[in-house]
Amino acid sequence: MAKIVFIEPGGGRREINAPPGITLMEAARQNGVQGVVAQCGGACACATCHVYIDAAWLAKLEPREEMEEGMLETAWEPRDNSRLSCQVHITADLDGLQVTVPQRQGQGQG
Amino acid sequence: MISTILIIGGGQAGAQAVDTLRREGFGGRLVLIGDEPELPYQRPPLSKKYLSGEMTADRLLFRHRSFYDEHRVELKLGLQAVRLDAAAREVELADGEKLSYDRLLLCLGAGSRQLTCPGATLPGVHYLRGLGDVAPIQAGFKPQARVVIVGGGYIGLETAATCRQMGCEVTVLEMADRIMNRVVAPLVSEYFAREHRMHGVGIVCDMRVVRLEGAGRVERVVCADGSTHAADLVIVGVGAIATTLLASAAGLACDNGIVVDEYCRTSDAAIYAAGDCTNHPSLRFGRRVRLESVDNAFEQAKTAALNLLDRPVAHDRVPWFWSDQFDNKLLIVGLSQDHDAQVLRGDPASRSFSVCYLKGRELLAVEAVNHSKDYMAARKLIAERALLNPEKLAVSEVSLKDSM
Repeated sequence: MAKIVFIEPGGGRREINAPPGITLMEAARQNGVQGVVAQCGGACACATCHVYIDAAWLAKLEPREEMEEGMLETAWEPRDNSRLSCQVHITADLDGLQVTVPQRQGQGQG
Repeated sequence: MISTILIIGGGQAGAQAVDTLRREGFGGRLVLIGDEPELPYQRPPLSKKYLSGEMTADRLLFRHRSFYDEHRVELKLGLQAVRLDAAAREVELADGEKLSYDRLLLCLGAGSRQLTCPGATLPGVHYLRGLGDVAPIQAGFKPQARVVIVGGGYIGLETAATCRQMGCEVTVLEMADRIMNRVVAPLVSEYFAREHRMHGVGIVCDMRVVRLEGAGRVERVVCADGSTHAADLVIVGVGAIATTLLASAAGLACDNGIVVDEYCRTSDAAIYAAGDCTNHPSLRFGRRVRLESVDNAFEQAKTAALNLLDRPVAHDRVPWFWSDQFDNKLLIVGLSQDHDAQVLRGDPASRSFSVCYLKGRELLAVEAVNHSKDYMAARKLIAERALLNPEKLAVSEVSLKDSM
């Protein structure tokens, strides 16, 4: 199991023990982490599971693919450390990872 | 005073409504009734990564069981609601239990349209709608197993791609002159037909199935032109029908779905509905629609939950849809029906392009193939009723959001 710390939009801190193999989005959704909407359920089709990865961990992740880049471009307040959490697979290496959930998901339609 | 809310239907909409009701502070009795035995789960992977075995069932769940316990949600799963008495505000379940409500939310979903030709009920003929439908199909996955798919829509084509990836010999029989004819432009149909053929899937259009034959089990599919297709497994994907029986029997207005207004209210003041089962107004497109869409189920359920709590908010969304077939992602946003022009952006040969639908200069819809940038930009532009310049639009190097 890898311990993942989510900082929710209201500032709440949630620690979740997630099994390797599932995605960061799945770990958040199954445990009801606030602000990870994940409408499309991991198909990289909605950009509502956007999170900010703690800078210290960025290098441990596989880089974004083109489809994810395109989705993030018009997400709510994208930053250099933005990822769609459905595209990040949990590995033992990520034990201790901290991610911050943005104040909003989606874009024009909220 | 609202002390009890019942939700019938444990799919995307039902699961979302539970979530919103509790987050928004509803503290009363909350009961979720679902006719499938599993905790609420997401359906889209059933024809894709779950069918291929890449994804396990636990990853399909929206929430762990502990979430429902913590939020005091009474789950009545594997139980059908058999009768609704709107006057008495009471629902009867298949096991005879009767539940009273102050407010009721119907998230009944849609069911597979059934094939009615002779032989349609032979063993070996499958539909793909729920988790329980998957294992019987997977049991037929043997190298070179001959799979015939009836219907070249989303479900048929996604399933075709997955079966092919599992090593089956796959043929898709489509009644219309092209695949996905109701949902995409001819150019997009052609692109996907080419992709399927390139991967070895047979795509046969203008082909109506007249009967299925076999001794005790399906062995072949016979078409109107007399052609036959040998089959070890037949999967039928010929559309879906809104599930409305419970509602119509209770006297609620139904017309291709349970009729609701933009506040998700049915014709009974205590009953609301959300998701695939509804016939609802699209404020953006100015007409009534029935959508089979994850986004609609999700958002309409959220809106319904707020209205249930007497917080009036209108359901006003631009619909969107997606489909994964082999390594292609089709992203669709908007409704194209009233368009008077189509503009192609990019070259299908590059495997990344989009088709934009205009009415005058107004962008109505976009079908994006492996092109998430155009899709995301279009979601915003369509919601804002943006007016575009068709000449700029046709230049794929100019970004969609700069095509005003």
